[in-house]
Amino acid sequence: MFGSFLKTSQVKSPWLMHFDCGSCNGCDIETLACLTPVYDVERFGIINVGNPRHADVLVVTGTVNQRNAVILKNLYDQMPSPKLVIAIGACGCSGGVFREAPNVLGGVDKVIPVDVYVPGCPAKPEAIMDAVVTGLGKLKGILEASK
Amino acid sequence: MARTVIPFGPQHPVLPEPIHLSLVLEDERVVEALPTLGYVHRGLEMLAVKRDYNQMIQIVERVCGICSMIHSLCYCQGIEEMMGIQAPRRARMLRVVWSELHRLHSHLLWLGLFADSFGFESLFMQLWKIRERIMDLNEATTGNRVIVSVNVVGGVRADLDESQVRWIKDTLVEVEASIRSLQSTIMNDSTVCKRTKGIGVLTRQAAYDLGAAGPMLRGSGVAQDMRQLKYAGFDELNFEPVVETAGDCWARSTVRFRESLQSIDLVRQALDKLEPGDLAVKAKGKPEGEVITRVEQPRGECLYYLKGNGTNNLERVRIRTPTFANIPPLAAILPGLDFADVPVVVLSIDPCISCTER
Ligand code: SF4
Repeated sequence: MFGSFLKTSQVKSPWLMHFDCGSCNGCDIETLACLTPVYDVERFGIINVGNPRHADVLVVTGTVNQRNAVILKNLYDQMPSPKLVIAIGACGCSGGVFREAPNVLGGVDKVIPVDVYVPGCPAKPEAIMDAVVTGLGKLKGILEASK
Repeated sequence: MARTVIPFGPQHPVLPEPIHLSLVLEDERVVEALPTLGYVHRGLEMLAVKRDYNQMIQIVERVCGICSMIHSLCYCQGIEEMMGIQAPRRARMLRVVWSELHRLHSHLLWLGLFADSFGFESLFMQLWKIRERIMDLNEATTGNRVIVSVNVVGGVRADLDESQVRWIKDTLVEVEASIRSLQSTIMNDSTVCKRTKGIGVLTRQAAYDLGAAGPMLRGSGVAQDMRQLKYAGFDELNFEPVVETAGDCWARSTVRFRESLQSIDLVRQALDKLEPGDLAVKAKGKPEGEVITRVEQPRGECLYYLKGNGTNNLERVRIRTPTFANIPPLAAILPGLDFADVPVVVLSIDPCISCTER
């Protein structure tokens, strides 16, 4: 019973961790804006946490470069499964305008598997919230399959 | 007492951006702080050789999303100077409007994050709620919330009509009232003062010697603001740099608080001075030669060095950003602090890592 309670709460109240991976800040502040009164994702039970071991959803903004690729991989590995990864902004999806820059490897999916891609430069808070909701549908599917 | 090394970052809840500090502690006291950078480095200055000088506007806007408009303003000014053209008056005034709106939203954002760094979460929420009004103004007038992309070489690409001007003015009246209603909390509240007054003091001489920029410098009593150079439309506006003398975290936050009210005033002045006219002049030829331009960003002085060689691509773009200038002063004030004050002091320089590393 406890297991099913955990599964329900993971979908109903996902804990989210944000990692800025070489973004220009545009997408970061839009992600942060989601937490503030006008958008307020906390009303859906979504909580922003700072510790990867507490997180169900990893929200990544920005491009991956030579240096932060390792950090990103570490954070992902520290999260308990099942986990979701959401790549935000053109940068997170493919590298965006920085695609050809010398230190840029490309999108987040070069390093870790990505579940939801959010387009936009920067992605709007509405789009980010929509992505989290879409992702949760996917998480629910995974949890049901593992029953 | 044995020394302990505590890693701070690159992923840390108070900082939205990755920076790594190795804090060497003795008991609870910081004795040394060693910053490690490079997590956001993209190498975008090098893109100048791959993109032409018009496309570079989109790149430099993404040096930092928070002050994107001011980056492109600085870049466009440089190219205009190289090509020997000047943006029309209306365009210069509109540039002031959007750049001051950017400063306003950046300062509100910072004040919110700063409040969050000492655990005053409701103040953070209040400030970000006010900030959303500015984001709405940006979105309605330019089409995007954060990266507004209004500058082009020779002028601006968007215009304000009568009704928008009125709407901006009306919104700013409300925004000003709500900012003022938080004034006593930000400046006088005893819990806020306990965490900020007398903490992380940077003396006037040290600020000057270490090359601090922006509110960090003005918080230590040096009246230096690049808007005194009268770029864009600032030549026609009344403007005095905001200065505080205490040099501590409180002084830096007060400078930013007062500057946000000043920005509202500057937007109003610029809107009043708008006269019908062209939005842009046509740029002919290719940029050639070298220029250095400077503008004042929310975080301080930003310098662009541009070198053109008569082709479509610039030969070199060099950007010196304010946070980069503020890291040596930060490393100087961290030793001697309590560990619990580190997030507050780090935030008090308004770190913007993405522009530091580009
Ligand atoms: S997608 Fe655009 S706004 Fe977002 S981090 Fe990349 S450049 Fe910045």
